[in-house]
Amino acid sequence: MDIFDKYALASGRHDRVLEVGSDPFNLRMEEIYSATEALVNGRRTILVGTNNYLGITFDPACTDAAIDAIRRYGTGTTGSRIANGTYAAHLALEEALSRFLGRRSTMVFPTGYQANLGILAGLAGASDTVFLDADSHASIYDGCRLSGATLVRFRHNDPKDLDKRLTRLGAQGGCKLIVVEGIYSILGDRAPLAEFAEVKRKHGAYLLVDEAHSLGVLGAHGRGLAEEQGVEDDADFVVGTFSKSLGAVGGFGASNHPKFDVLRFCSRPYMFTASSSPSNVASVLAAVRRMAEQPELRLRLWDNARALHDGFSGLGLEVISPESPVIAIRMKDEETAIHAWNRLLENGVYVNLALPPGTPNGACLLRCSVSAAHTRDQIGEIIARFATVAAELNQRSREPLAARATP
Amino acid sequence: MDKSIDAVVAELCGMLQQYNKEGIELTAETDLGSELNIDSVEVMDLIMEIEDKFDIDIPINLVSDIERIGDLAKLVCQRMEGR
Repeated sequence: MDIFDKYALASGRHDRVLEVGSDPFNLRMEEIYSATEALVNGRRTILVGTNNYLGITFDPACTDAAIDAIRRYGTGTTGSRIANGTYAAHLALEEALSRFLGRRSTMVFPTGYQANLGILAGLAGASDTVFLDADSHASIYDGCRLSGATLVRFRHNDPKDLDKRLTRLGAQGGCKLIVVEGIYSILGDRAPLAEFAEVKRKHGAYLLVDEAHSLGVLGAHGRGLAEEQGVEDDADFVVGTFSKSLGAVGGFGASNHPKFDVLRFCSRPYMFTASSSPSNVASVLAAVRRMAEQPELRLRLWDNARALHDGFSGLGLEVISPESPVIAIRMKDEETAIHAWNRLLENGVYVNLALPPGTPNGACLLRCSVSAAHTRDQIGEIIARFATVAAELNQRSREPLAARATP
Repeated sequence: MDKSIDAVVAELCGMLQQYNKEGIELTAETDLGSELNIDSVEVMDLIMEIEDKFDIDIPINLVSDIERIGDLAKLVCQRMEGR
């Protein structure tokens, strides 16, 4: 018996993906030219799958802040927040985020994944019950598991289903925590947050909203879905990430709860990891200012999102996302999705390949994410290259399988 | 009076037919992963259906120990008793 035998199915499936072309799960970005262009497999490629919503990864204010911080404070903190890893910059970032979000307190984490781990495992205990949306991100599932709480899954974006499950549990099950996301990462759809807030009030539960894909994207000030739907007071806890709109790496949890900061010495994923590097923290602080001071970035993002959504729909592609900076296109099966992903890459367009079980309802998808930094010319070029590949797919679907040359 | 375990196995086999692409015979001994090829997300979706059908909660923490249809039926019966 080999210790890796348990992965035989996954390995076999990965081998079949490799037979089609490049490895979608191990792509090498050889040069990064800008927020929207890179050299991939020796080809200048338009990036349409980076979650770089505001396109500020090369913003001089952010890069200068990072360079300055690395010279003044060094390359790393070499310590955790509860030891030597809390620099003035970490606290300044937490204060800036609290001000931006209108929250009493914010805790920052080295990654968005760890933010969910730290906040969920910190909030929920073994005697509590967490109700999580069926389509929740892996970090939410993992954070919930780490908490040791009882986990009840409710149907995606379905407040009635949540209500039914909360009613069924009744007064048992300790404190109840509901977890939803602002914008869902694969399909780009949004939670009906105002209705969830009603269910939460009815049952006296707590509500946590993960605004990873909606921070800087939704709301009059970019605070996310809770702001857009006017239910920020009902969102007891907000989680977010620095690796999307804010163009760096890290995450945060924020709350108005007066006891929130107890998590700083009770949440193991917060306590037992080294803190973010000074350069990273400095660039995020600059990015938060950019996000607050430049609402035009958000407007440009939405203009681009609508243009790309319309363009894809016009090609007859099966776009299953609402108008959103995340645009998912359904392919008829896994083989077609892998083939299309490779052909797009060969045409100089990078998108994400999303396959089951990482997708809702077993869908095989090409997932695109739009950036404010995409130019109108790039949007046109993306649509034109998708048109080329879509025409090939149509042609291909008419050929008998046996006649198909090795892709 | 709650249902007998055999009756629950029979109901579960009926619900599992949608995943039975190869049309194998379903019994209490059938393994969900290795024989029916149900992936982790499909199992969790199935659990939601079962919860609604029997009007019970099955926390997903309890699902990782489930291998065969019989294990699942036993869990359903336990949750019905505790209702």
